[in-house]
Amino acid sequence: MTEPLPIPRGAAIGLIGCHACGLVVERPPPNAHCPRCGSLLHARKPESLSRAWACLVAAFILYIPANLLPVLHSTKLFEHWSDTIMSGVVSLWTDGSYDLAIIVFTASVVVPLLKMGALALLLIQVQRGSGYLPRERTRLYRVLEFIGQWSMLDVFAVALLIALVHFGTLADAKPGTGIVAFGAVVVLTMLATMSFDPRLIWDATRPPPRRATDRLPT
Amino acid sequence: MDMKARALTTLRIRTDLAVCEHCDSVHQRGRLAPGEAADCRVCGATLYRRSRLDVDAMLALTIAAAIVFVLANAAPIVTMQSGGVTTRGWLGSIVAAAWDSGVGPVAAIAAATVFLFPLAQLSLYLFVLSASKLDARPPGFAAAMHGLRYLRPWSMVEVFLIGILVSIVKMSSLAKVTPEAGLWGFGVLTILLTALGTFELRALWDAHDD
Repeated sequence: MTEPLPIPRGAAIGLIGCHACGLVVERPPPNAHCPRCGSLLHARKPESLSRAWACLVAAFILYIPANLLPVLHSTKLFEHWSDTIMSGVVSLWTDGSYDLAIIVFTASVVVPLLKMGALALLLIQVQRGSGYLPRERTRLYRVLEFIGQWSMLDVFAVALLIALVHFGTLADAKPGTGIVAFGAVVVLTMLATMSFDPRLIWDATRPPPRRATDRLPT
Repeated sequence: MDMKARALTTLRIRTDLAVCEHCDSVHQRGRLAPGEAADCRVCGATLYRRSRLDVDAMLALTIAAAIVFVLANAAPIVTMQSGGVTTRGWLGSIVAAAWDSGVGPVAAIAAATVFLFPLAQLSLYLFVLSASKLDARPPGFAAAMHGLRYLRPWSMVEVFLIGILVSIVKMSSLAKVTPEAGLWGFGVLTILLTALGTFELRALWDAHDD
């Protein structure tokens, strides 16, 4: 086994990969556009941290009404009741649909909370210049990117329920404002994840390499 | 056009290299066999892939998906029977009911992520794939490629499908709810869109370079 050569980083040797089409450009002047797809070339996503924080804080705030306000008001005969996301999970559980209760609980409560927590952790560690487990943190970011849209599940479930009851005579169901707040939380966390630039994780871990020793791979 | 021509002459491009999108490591590009992917040695992200599908297969899948898309939206997703009354639920009626009952944002999210964005995705796929097949780069090619990149995370047919299944089970205790053709349509559409998603769009840029 030969000692693997250190892999240079684009920022250190003046290479920028176009964010849109992946074309690698050598030492472009500032504000240059990609010659292949026309996107603005930049080494890091612009204003990554402030954009991600803005969306994340807004999502945290909306997460409170999303859980406290009812997502569904129902009337059947003379009974009225309101369901929040949590009470919906509880009623699924007591009805015996344990598998569904777990799916909804995971998609609507665990995933958004873990997602916001994990993203906050990534942001704080980048700001503190932490070099702790960069590979694992990058992998965590990829997981966040993948699961983002799945939290929209409950929004669709409630929408179908409203539709069938709305045009039927079985009972009356009205959506609560909680579902709107919840939809906004999902969209905002997705935007926050997209704004975050995982390269920032690595910027803190590796000191800028010396120019002399780092050469372009040939 | 003038600016673009000048940019082409002054900017040096390196088609032999790939820069990792997640950690900025520079790698040498290599040739891949169909179905292979090159992963970053530093952070494990996928640098680039070569799909098992070629442009012809992608076009066929896109056309199939477009047909299924029409069926899924035209056929009812579920019927509900209670007290001698039958109610059918389409995607359209879901959007309309959400709008009527005062949760406009929910109606907008459902209409956009399950209808408009997948429709736009399929149209743009059709456009960029036909262009690549004809070896042409019509005006709007770059814009269509950017559109596809932005649309991908916001097209949520698969999430919608699972949401509907959850809702059906929830309601089965209140009334008789039967899945209809539309539900199968969305199921097949999910599979086709997932297959389309395995194709690396960037390969279409590369095809134009050679």
